[in-house]
Amino acid sequence: MKDTVSTSDLLQQAALTEQHLQQLMGILSGPNIDDADIYYQAARHESWVLEDGIIREGSFNLDSGIGMRSISGEKTGFAYSDQIDMSVLTEVASNARAIVKAGQSGSLPNWHQNEKITPLYQAKDVLSSMDEDGKIALLREMDAIARETDSRVKQVTASLSCVHENILVATLAGNLVADSRPLVRMNISVIVEENGRREQASYGGGGRFGYQHFIDNKLTSVYAKEAVRQAVVNLEAVGAPAGGMPVVLGPGWPGILLHEAVGHGLEGDFNRKGSSAFSGRIGEQVAAKGVTVIDDGTLEERRGSLSVDDEGTKTQATTLIEDGILVNYMQDRMNARLMDMSLTGNGRRESYAHLPLPRMTNTYMNAGEHNPQEIIESIDKGLYAVNFAGGQVDITSGKFVFSASEAYLIENGKVTTPVKGATLIGNGPESMGRISMIGDDFALDSGVGVCGKEGQGVPVGVGQPTLKIDQITVGGTEA
Amino acid sequence: MSRAKETQQVTDAVEQALSFAKAAGAEAAATASIDDGQTVACRMQELETLEFHRSQQLSISVYQNQCKGSASTSDLSKGAIQEAVNAALQIARFTSEDKCTGLADASLMATEIEDMDLYHPAEHSAEAAIATVLECEKTAMDFDDKIDNSEGASYTSSAGTGAYANTHGFISAKSGTSFSLSCCVISKDDAGMQRDYWYSSERKIDQLDSAERIGKKAAERAIRRLSPQKLSTREAPVLFSADIAKTLVGHIFSALSGRAIYQEASFLLDQVGKSLLPDGIDIWEEPHLKQGHNSSSCDREGVATSQSKIIEDGKIARYLLSSYSARRLGLETTANAGGTRNVRLTHGEKNLDEMLHSMGTGLLATELIGSSVNIVNGDYSRGVSGFWVENGEIAFPVEELTVAGNLKDIYAGLVEIGGDLDQRGNFHTGSWLLDKLTIAGG
Repeated sequence: MKDTVSTSDLLQQAALTEQHLQQLMGILSGPNIDDADIYYQAARHESWVLEDGIIREGSFNLDSGIGMRSISGEKTGFAYSDQIDMSVLTEVASNARAIVKAGQSGSLPNWHQNEKITPLYQAKDVLSSMDEDGKIALLREMDAIARETDSRVKQVTASLSCVHENILVATLAGNLVADSRPLVRMNISVIVEENGRREQASYGGGGRFGYQHFIDNKLTSVYAKEAVRQAVVNLEAVGAPAGGMPVVLGPGWPGILLHEAVGHGLEGDFNRKGSSAFSGRIGEQVAAKGVTVIDDGTLEERRGSLSVDDEGTKTQATTLIEDGILVNYMQDRMNARLMDMSLTGNGRRESYAHLPLPRMTNTYMNAGEHNPQEIIESIDKGLYAVNFAGGQVDITSGKFVFSASEAYLIENGKVTTPVKGATLIGNGPESMGRISMIGDDFALDSGVGVCGKEGQGVPVGVGQPTLKIDQITVGGTEA
Repeated sequence: MSRAKETQQVTDAVEQALSFAKAAGAEAAATASIDDGQTVACRMQELETLEFHRSQQLSISVYQNQCKGSASTSDLSKGAIQEAVNAALQIARFTSEDKCTGLADASLMATEIEDMDLYHPAEHSAEAAIATVLECEKTAMDFDDKIDNSEGASYTSSAGTGAYANTHGFISAKSGTSFSLSCCVISKDDAGMQRDYWYSSERKIDQLDSAERIGKKAAERAIRRLSPQKLSTREAPVLFSADIAKTLVGHIFSALSGRAIYQEASFLLDQVGKSLLPDGIDIWEEPHLKQGHNSSSCDREGVATSQSKIIEDGKIARYLLSSYSARRLGLETTANAGGTRNVRLTHGEKNLDEMLHSMGTGLLATELIGSSVNIVNGDYSRGVSGFWVENGEIAFPVEELTVAGNLKDIYAGLVEIGGDLDQRGNFHTGSWLLDKLTIAGG
């Protein structure tokens, strides 16, 4: 059983009452207003950085405020304030309500919670889940392990960051929901040097749990050794090949492929507007047979998970592509209503100062039946890419890229020489159709993803088994 | 709220924070800001969003026995400021002693705070803003039948006031405004959809490009991309259009940043005085430009700024240092805490057409996507779309390509910089013609 936070706890924290919320909702609502909400958020954030063997920086941030929105058809009025004071909030509500001219105010909702929410993480304050000496010890340990692992390690930067946010959502329909969300992240970056050549690599992870998780799972050692391993591999890397070729993606974090190649294109807003390469294609084959892609916000303590989304909707596991057929989009309240589709619990926002949008949570592809070795052996000449630095997509043309940070040549069915970082570029629907083998080694990433959309960053997760794509363009230098 | 009242509020907040820090016996620096803004957006000729922004923040760094602690808060009340200072002091008890940390030397503080003429509030009603975005999008949608859909047009106006102070007794405050108008539309033909956009951004509202011009440019850009082809893999000259050539300036600055240098994590390590770009090319900062994008008499540590070269006659003139990175390297700060200010480059007089003729046959790159740019070793690989050019004329649009090389070779292979300046933002440059990159295609 996990601790939870109640709506009354958060109202008390904000020095507001249910009557205050009713008063504000009265201003936000009225004739022609289809939906409205009030979003309170109080976030506490800390970070610690070790550099050159010393604890160089530490910071603490406190950010709280209220965002309010009124929606009429496809029109949205939005305003926010970091001053939580009824005289200011009344003006903020009027500004948001200005999206539709005049009209009397709406009726006052009776607050209730729509459905029972099962918490996926502990509400207990995560910043104080370990004392400062303990946090610093984690960083020192990663530094020491990295340096002991290989004498070629010249620089180590280790960081620890944590945010605990409490949110309260009140909707026009009267749904009043609270959530308390911990999120920790630990990271290490190393520079190695040999014969004058320098290479860098980093590794890390985290999730919606306390700092103790890093100790219980011996992650200081896992992260430090993995960063050193990747950096040392890169010391031997030769120029990456250039041109179209078969590519095998490793399990876990390379699932960033799904996030970019299909995920964004399946967000409700783009499909309502008809601006996505996947618009109007539900029921069509958009990926090879055997490909099943799911967005799942309900995985316990995962970085991309939420007990309830930022619009008060319970999260769920939504199958997006089933055996290659497009079956669903990801929705927030506004787009679900306008498209007459079901809510999927994907309404997310970076903070009270941003509007909710349909966003991914944890997006992954189910395992297939091939042994990873067998997948490699099926290729004469190609690329095996196991780690990535990030990606981007143009959802309209369907073009997506992702940046390999650890990759190897495949020659005659064997993984051979490491190659330098390179961009991989393809067309989403086309590349999904070229997935010809799916591994049996499904894995989720270690908990590092940040997704950006319309200037808003939110934490996400990805996952997949080893995959073979028959042809994708590799952006190296060796033609 | 009036500018005078906001200036008073941020000044009071930083002074309050410093007095709490001094009472605890610490040296300290504080910044505070208040920002206000409005965004109006339309889509398919209907109002889509009306947003009101207002945010405030106070940040404090304290230095006690050469240990540093930082904190920030969105609440500018006295109680919240005291809490933030306490949090910073608490953190400083756990960070390590570092002889390079601390305020910049008192003797380097700016002594004269010039008015850079950055504040030009405009009386622009929501109705007027709505009319502007509707006109902008309409121009784009009416431009050609191939404009099939729209992501809309958007107008943002914002005004901000900020103050910086430190326990040397230095304090400065300034206000600025900014206005932007953008439009993004989708073109369609049998081969599929293409999206493109255009925008204008200025400190004075009357300097913005007209709604009509921005709409037309967005439509032209979306249409010219229709029915793209792929290229086979090859080496060829590449012309980076002015708006994306800025990224190549940015990579130089990342590699010259003090942190990259003291961490020895830069492909430009130990290169001061050596050639990076061809002879004759200068890159410099003009921090004191009136109405500049990033003008200021002092950097983020209060250090006086001045016009100064970063690249001189193709050679690296200096690093970009704060007081911390300078102390780490045994050098003087270059007043680059917080980045560079109003960057300008030597350029030629050619317009884009003339630049295409200089290139002859090659790739005109107009959009970059994704980023494999390794500042440690200079390896560069990015997704790109644009146009294949033959004998100085655009032949056809291309996409799903990458361009790759090593940044050192890329900079050494700069043939010329055009006079087709993009004057939006902190870096002003023309297009860059590069002699050769690897283009990977299908």
